[in-house]
Amino acid sequence: MRIVHYLNQFFGGLGGEERAGTPLEVREGALGPGKLLEQLLGGDAKVVTTLICGDNHAVENQDAMVADAIEKVRQAEADLFVAGPCFQAGRYGMAAGALCSAVQSKLSIPVITGMADENPGADLYREFLYIVDSGTNAARMREVFMTMANLARKMMSKTPIGSPKEEGYLTRGLIRDQFVEKTAGERLVDMVLAKVKGELFESEMVPTAFAPVPMPPSIKDLTKAKIMLITDGGLVPKGNPDKIQGSVATRWGSYSIDGCDDLKGEDYEISHGGYDPQFVHQDPDRLVPLDVMRQLEKEGVIGELYDEFLSTSGLANPLSNTRRMGREMAAKAKQLGIDAIILTST
Amino acid sequence: MQITAALPVAKMVGANRTVLGNGIVHVVGDAKATPEKEKEVRRKLVEQALSALQSDEK
Repeated sequence: MRIVHYLNQFFGGLGGEERAGTPLEVREGALGPGKLLEQLLGGDAKVVTTLICGDNHAVENQDAMVADAIEKVRQAEADLFVAGPCFQAGRYGMAAGALCSAVQSKLSIPVITGMADENPGADLYREFLYIVDSGTNAARMREVFMTMANLARKMMSKTPIGSPKEEGYLTRGLIRDQFVEKTAGERLVDMVLAKVKGELFESEMVPTAFAPVPMPPSIKDLTKAKIMLITDGGLVPKGNPDKIQGSVATRWGSYSIDGCDDLKGEDYEISHGGYDPQFVHQDPDRLVPLDVMRQLEKEGVIGELYDEFLSTSGLANPLSNTRRMGREMAAKAKQLGIDAIILTST
Repeated sequence: MQITAALPVAKMVGANRTVLGNGIVHVVGDAKATPEKEKEVRRKLVEQALSALQSDEK
């Protein structure tokens, strides 16, 4: 069994955030976690090629990187493509999902990856792929690989694959026909009774997580518009007065830029563990474009720049937090008569 | 509207107006450019953002 394995810069042993810009590299044989994968698959399983790519490069050059990787997988004559597992790493999950999806459709070989349920890559690709539920804890690598190996073996031997719960993969939103003992009416009543009693029940179909957001009407006269800047890159005043958490943030802050033409690195810090903050430290305008917005305000291109920017950290943040914070920020903007918001994201 | 380098995520959650930012670590900047050139890059991105705000196209 010939395997090609994709790893990010960290699991590929190149380094941390400082190597996140590394373009796709090719290595012969298994690397790092790949060796464990080989072991667990056993038999004649061999990682013939390992592909490593920096997380930033993968996101910023996705199409080109994926096309390049497909060529490498084709050349390696792979029987199986494995990406990650990525746990909670969002850029890694996006890359792994994109790669698995492309390899599956272009090369028609089994593909498998692993991610935490909240990984952005999970929602983007769960309908198309078997994504093993890895949880967030990378110390569980061995167990996750075991689940991935089991699924991979089933895919290769074309054994029917069971439900997400049985096999350990993220729900795919697919509907399966199945013969059951009870009629739909009976099952429905059972569910309603359980719900009313406050007992656990399992819905047979879960609606999709993202309801479409209606598009607000466009600005008719920009020269009269009051604009607010928001960021999820975790830019906060030095000292982080509101103690906004770098990860799984539950709070957001509102920070004065009154009379300010230019954000200075020494006045701010970054509470966000998910990207290399050195460039924003050097010049925070690289994240919150205050200097340019002020210019545009002075030139009369926009009516007014609101004298505070709102900030929180988007890292590893579940929807339960971000939905609430988004609504709170929107309520504030509405109350202040803001006409438009520019949100800058890392 | 949203400026980000990770457009697939923005589109997935339903962002209607988006502009592609210049990378993860300096979404409205460019660490490789001179300060003057970088300001131009930033201005261009913000102007794209303002355009998007005035448009009813997704």
